[in-house]
Amino acid sequence: MNLHEFQARALLKQAGIPVPDGEVARTADDAARIAERLGGPVVVKAQVHAGGRGKAGGVKLAQTPAEARELAQQILGMTIKGLRVNQVLVAPAAEIASESYVGIVVDRSSQRAVLMVSPAGGVDIEEVAATSPEKIFRVGVDPRYGLLPHQAAAMAFRLYRTVELARQAATIMRQLYDAFVSAGASLAEINPLITTPGGQVVALDAKLVVDDNELERRPEIAALRDTEAEAPAEVQAREAGLTYIKLDGKVGCCVNGAGLAMATMDLVKYYGGEPANFLDIGGSSNPQKVVTALQIITADPNVKSILFNIFGGITRCDDVANGIVTATTQFKLDRPLVIRLTGTNEELAVKILKDVGFSALTDMDEAVRRAVELAREAA
Amino acid sequence: MSIFVNRQTRLVIQGITGRDGSFHAKQMLEYGSAVVAGVTPGRGGQTFEGKVPVFDTVADAVQATGANASVVYVPARFAADAIYEAADAGIRLIVCITEGIPVLDMTRVLPYVRERGGRLIGPNCPGLISPGECKAGIIPGQICRPGRIGVVSRSGTLTYEIIHQLTRHDLGQSTCVGIGGDPIIGTNFIDCLAAFQADPGTDAIVMIGEIGGTDEQEAARYAAQQVRKPVVSFIAGQTAPPGRRMGHAGAIISGSSGTAAEKMSALKAAGVAVMQRPADVVPLLRERVGRA
Repeated sequence: MNLHEFQARALLKQAGIPVPDGEVARTADDAARIAERLGGPVVVKAQVHAGGRGKAGGVKLAQTPAEARELAQQILGMTIKGLRVNQVLVAPAAEIASESYVGIVVDRSSQRAVLMVSPAGGVDIEEVAATSPEKIFRVGVDPRYGLLPHQAAAMAFRLYRTVELARQAATIMRQLYDAFVSAGASLAEINPLITTPGGQVVALDAKLVVDDNELERRPEIAALRDTEAEAPAEVQAREAGLTYIKLDGKVGCCVNGAGLAMATMDLVKYYGGEPANFLDIGGSSNPQKVVTALQIITADPNVKSILFNIFGGITRCDDVANGIVTATTQFKLDRPLVIRLTGTNEELAVKILKDVGFSALTDMDEAVRRAVELAREAA
Repeated sequence: MSIFVNRQTRLVIQGITGRDGSFHAKQMLEYGSAVVAGVTPGRGGQTFEGKVPVFDTVADAVQATGANASVVYVPARFAADAIYEAADAGIRLIVCITEGIPVLDMTRVLPYVRERGGRLIGPNCPGLISPGECKAGIIPGQICRPGRIGVVSRSGTLTYEIIHQLTRHDLGQSTCVGIGGDPIIGTNFIDCLAAFQADPGTDAIVMIGEIGGTDEQEAARYAAQQVRKPVVSFIAGQTAPPGRRMGHAGAIISGSSGTAAEKMSALKAAGVAVMQRPADVVPLLRERVGRA
């Protein structure tokens, strides 16, 4: 789960990290009031789960409260990468002497958290990794002992030459590690970590991505989820226990298992089509999940044909067949359906479908080819 | 012959009285696996299906039955502790089916298991099966048959799809291992490639990867240097968008890294045959096994 910048800032502040003042606003008037309170020039920043906010025009500098109102008006209601901006952060415009990068991620290869720092801050760290990898420094953290003081100090000296700055940065790194662990994060980033002309080290931006598997035991973090900032179909899917990701193609896909779902999308492409979505109905799928899946897929106007690909193991093919039949009694399926089922209770499923006039295939390639053709004919 | 599990494997099922644990324990018994014990705290002294003794702790189960491998079905909240418990009881092979264990927990669990000489398979995996010898997990037994192809995969149903194609074309399997879809797992592709290379009962290896991470790229380099047996591979997620988690916690393209294209080219460069679609597995293996 992604947190908004203002939420991540609050968690970092809680951990003791110096973060500039600032508040979040949902209206232009609120933005003006906050700017008034802060005094001086402010930045107005779109709070949306998408990278590249600046480039999209979602981050603007205002000299006066009136200008802050005007800019907030423009930014609120903007759409960045398909997501509507509902909130803006209003924060004092900082004076910047230098910009660095500090981040903690779970590194898959070494199977532990890794602290990464770079003196090349304020830009996308991926870009730095690609163009000047020698400017990125890393240290692995043993989860039993946490980030040790000397490890943080060594990294801090990669960023700053003076002891005063390095001390502040080392403390921030250890606080960031604590925030990372206590939020159950998979990524915690300060980019940029700045120095002010007065010699203070401050976190100017904050990013936290929380491991979804942590949410059950961290209700206070789970409560930060902003469903308004997510695609409605994805929220509906999650609440039904499905995983759905919308894409731009015409062939709607409904599959059991994430790997098979990806392979099905790839096969759609292989046969000249484009998948409309990723959708995994999960392991022990009850018929109701299938009904919800069909509602979500058919709500996408781009979808021209719908492909079921079910390999029955724990998932019983008859459950899926019953779900399809139930769906047809609840709403009109106005687009062609291609059903591939094999495995547990396949015969039973074929019979259930046959009784209401559907046919089922057993071969994955044949089913995908057919679904691609039908989508093409309908277009 | 086989890797990791065989006729000598004596399974203890952690969470045997739970919904998933009991269902799959029954399936393992029907398949003929030696399920010698179950564990559910508070249910010690009971008997599962009239023949499997249930214990309160893994240590009790090991002492009474000589169990040497465990399969974990306990809910995510308790799963990390179940793995610690198995490791402390001296279990050397721990198979964790449970999905939803926090990644930071796994960063602590794995060193703990390894320091005690154990191997973890998973979490969030379908387990493994050596057809005709032992099924430890949830891979449907009826789609497998004994033979000489080793299968290793990050996925569940996609693995079944490919095993099904193999079996239909008389290509039996030595062992099929589902290593799991999480970002941090106990046993990776390289571990399995090494084990299959050393197994005299395996002639060729099928490796099924997906987007996210660099495990496949590292396996490709390993295969080029250390594996003499033919390897054919499939990578799922060629059409996956970047930055989105595709169902599995580990299946995500971060920035521009972990893409299917990157993995496929690393595998090709290492001399590994790469399938365009799952149905290619049989012809690609036939070409190579014939030649080997």
